[in-house]
Amino acid sequence: METARKIEATAADMVSIATSLKNAFVKFGAFTAIENLSLDVEAGSFYTILGPSGCGKSTLLRLVSDLVPIASGDVSIFGKSTEQARLAREFAFVFQDAVLLPWRTAIQNVELPLEMGRKRGVDIPVSDKSPMELLELVGLKGREDALPHELSGGMRQRVAIARALVCKPKLLLMDEPFGALDEMTRDHLNLQLLKIWEETGVTILFVTHSIPEAVFLGQKVLMLQAHPGRLKEVVKINLPYPREIKLRDTQAFTKYAAYLRELLETC
Amino acid sequence: MSVSQNVDLTLQSDEKRVIHRTKIEAIAIPLATVVALLAIWQFGVRIFDVPTYIAPAPSDVASTFVAKFPILLENFWPTFYESVLGFFAGNLAAMLIAVAFVHNRTAEKAFFPLAVFINTIPILAIAPILVLIFGAGLTAKVVIAGLICFFPTLVNMVRGLQSVSAQSLELARILSASKAEIFWKIRLPSSLPFLFSALKIAATTCVIGAIVGEWVGADVGLGALIIDSTFNFRSSLLYATVFMSSGLSVFLFVAVSIAEKLVVRW
Repeated sequence: METARKIEATAADMVSIATSLKNAFVKFGAFTAIENLSLDVEAGSFYTILGPSGCGKSTLLRLVSDLVPIASGDVSIFGKSTEQARLAREFAFVFQDAVLLPWRTAIQNVELPLEMGRKRGVDIPVSDKSPMELLELVGLKGREDALPHELSGGMRQRVAIARALVCKPKLLLMDEPFGALDEMTRDHLNLQLLKIWEETGVTILFVTHSIPEAVFLGQKVLMLQAHPGRLKEVVKINLPYPREIKLRDTQAFTKYAAYLRELLETC
Repeated sequence: MSVSQNVDLTLQSDEKRVIHRTKIEAIAIPLATVVALLAIWQFGVRIFDVPTYIAPAPSDVASTFVAKFPILLENFWPTFYESVLGFFAGNLAAMLIAVAFVHNRTAEKAFFPLAVFINTIPILAIAPILVLIFGAGLTAKVVIAGLICFFPTLVNMVRGLQSVSAQSLELARILSASKAEIFWKIRLPSSLPFLFSALKIAATTCVIGAIVGEWVGADVGLGALIIDSTFNFRSSLLYATVFMSSGLSVFLFVAVSIAEKLVVRW
């Protein structure tokens, strides 16, 4: 597993950049949300994004996912424009709230992406795993017929992750997906997400406001600064995978967390 | 172990008893109130010797209800058809126009003030006009019953169709959903709880519309029977007819509530 992943990663390094931004600007009227941001995200990597509020963390994900337009500069996903990538389902998005349709059962919510956008003349990729297997992957076996209001916040977020995986995305954009959950549930979902990342080889851009979460998950932490939103620093996290919860008690982990906290204070 | 189990069991049966009692109370208290009010009415009428043509006793109304049931039923069906047809016509029109409003702001700007204006005309004032236009037959009553349903459903349906969260629409955009897909898979289901609130209002008001229509000009129907029994001082029959009308409203309301339970499960 690990070696296969390494080979894939080195091969990908040479040819494949999941997301590339070149001198990107995003403006809302006179307000500049992102200023002159350049960045290459390698395929298969796990980036976490930290920064004070107003630094454009969410805007960055929304720019990549074609929800907000670029004012100037370039943004591409696997060499395609964000619109082409959206039509080809190259990426999936996980919001802070699960955004499930309340009248659909868990499994029907997972199937939603397969029912939409079919008439755009672009083939929609489908995961090798069935919606049921995806629910199993996120630990919701047996709850497939539950309606969202019958599930806890953590379970709803798992359904949202299964839904994100159903079209076999190459890039997973996550906007504080575990921000509203309690500590225990968050830990559990962090581990599950790492497992999914290792199994699927998907590239992940993960926005969070928790420093420990950013260090625990990411290979690299993007630190953004506010007013206007700019890239402050890319911090490489040299901690081995697979990561376990007790990693957080190690000195190496605490050092990274302390460094990022100091960096965050200067933003 | 066995002691604690016993305690558990008694606790459970206590709990059940409490739940059981609240259920009985929920039915018994309103029922007792109704029975008491009927008794006060019955004895009040007898004690103060109120003439039957001014206020009949409940017993008079009940016996008339049984004796005149064929006549009541004969007049029930026309009102039933008018109400139900009006209910479907008025609500269908409201739903379709709501869909047009949500997809076309110009249409909303053009026609919403008109809808508000029509809604401000008292139904009693517009009923004679509609009877003049559509004649004394079924059509006029259906139109009046439909008109009275129209506005609440229009307003609720527009709100329901717009109740979709911004994030749901972002999800739809990321999935490159077409307008039709957004409508059928997100907007329409989102609107159903709002729609059913309006349909429950309409279930009772459509009967009012049909009866008002019959007052203006009809030979049959509960409205016609109300007018007829009033002018002939057949008060017991009048009261029996009133109960029949409210029975029709209750029936339609319950039907819509059951439909709501079956459709809106979330």
